[in-house]
Amino acid sequence: MAISHGIASGMGGIRTSGDLVARMQMTRGMKIREAKKFVAEKLKISVADVADPVVMAEVREELDIGMVNAVPRVTKGMDAKFRIADILGIEINCVSRFKRKVGLTA
Amino acid sequence: MEKYVTRMGDGFKVEMTEAEIQRDIENATQDASNRAKIPPLTEDEMRYLVELFKSPDNAVGVKRGNEVVLSYDSGTTKFKRANVSVSKIQSLQIYERMLGADTLELAHIDYSFKPVKPIVVFEQPILEQALLMTIPPLFYGAMPNLGLYSQPDGPCPNPADLLPKGKIAEARASYEEAVEHAVKDMVYVGSEMYESGADGINFDTAAAAGDAEFLATLKAIEILRKKYPKMCIMMGMAGEFILGMHGEVYYNNVRLAGLYPHKQLELAEKAGVTIFGPTTNIVTNRSLPWNIARAVNFAQACADQGHIPCHACMGMGVGGVPLTPSPPVDALARASKAMVELGRMDGL
Repeated sequence: MAISHGIASGMGGIRTSGDLVARMQMTRGMKIREAKKFVAEKLKISVADVADPVVMAEVREELDIGMVNAVPRVTKGMDAKFRIADILGIEINCVSRFKRKVGLTA
Repeated sequence: MEKYVTRMGDGFKVEMTEAEIQRDIENATQDASNRAKIPPLTEDEMRYLVELFKSPDNAVGVKRGNEVVLSYDSGTTKFKRANVSVSKIQSLQIYERMLGADTLELAHIDYSFKPVKPIVVFEQPILEQALLMTIPPLFYGAMPNLGLYSQPDGPCPNPADLLPKGKIAEARASYEEAVEHAVKDMVYVGSEMYESGADGINFDTAAAAGDAEFLATLKAIEILRKKYPKMCIMMGMAGEFILGMHGEVYYNNVRLAGLYPHKQLELAEKAGVTIFGPTTNIVTNRSLPWNIARAVNFAQACADQGHIPCHACMGMGVGGVPLTPSPPVDALARASKAMVELGRMDGL
């Protein structure tokens, strides 16, 4: 079912910017068009490209915010989320807690 | 006369003429409009659906640019149910890297808040470790499932035993007691998971046990919202209509029994929900054109009236997806496309 929905209607997660658009819905309550526009502006790409895996692969590699393929030294988890929080200007719960845990913030 | 292959709500194939497809769509939108007092689909929207069902293509999809984000219920349990021997964290990584998931969800195999409560300390380390290794937002999800609070599974007298005996007052009292237990459990589990770093909490199939369960969920969300103003709270409904099992429960002076999705959404917003999942139940002996038209109509009212993102519930038996364990791609893809492009959903 997940695959069928993904092919029919999905953005594709970290293949594109689906995770980023989802974060804007979750943190700022943005509806889909607003969320896509916001992400496009932050990534300095067109709205049409937010769901393009070819464009987004380059963007994600350049910004180092995680990619599907396991390329050495590319961010893969918490490190990617640190950068995503910074680029989008949002607070990510686990990032904030990680920072407190390791003493980066009080 | 040419016939087109489509399906019934139970997933079995059926052939219909264009006129039959058109008639079913018209009947469905009239049904939705009459029941929920919402505008029916327009002529253009009905024509869109007719063309969708006339298309011979197996898989269909949204137009480029109309892609939406996908959220999930019971994420990690799907692999266990399919008997694939992977751990929860491996399941999440598969969703992330191989299934194109925009969000992830960690869940206990007994997917309700009550059974999670005693094992939450075992769920938290899994969540914490998963958060280190994954990139998309990670929810923790469970069902309110008020039925678990009735005897023999829970402490409260069972309303299903009391009601046939005419003990309506006692049954209502039992529901009200169950609500208090459920609220405590949902707030406890939700809090613990958020403290462990979850990006959000998913309340799945809210109101499955009727209006009392809807009340419990709204109350729990209200408490969590006050406690954690930045928490993402997703609430997916169980059905298009709140069953009046109690009949006299209210939230914000609104009686919960009988509410349709757009009215459920209003209360969800007041309680503090971030993402709302409207649900329309499949009618198995009606055609897919009928079911999808109806589901899209209910969803549209939410999209047009709501102020928060809506992710239509589109699992087995809901949102126009046939009630069968393995929904056919031709059916599911049509439901998916229609829900996004006509239903104007922000996600599925």
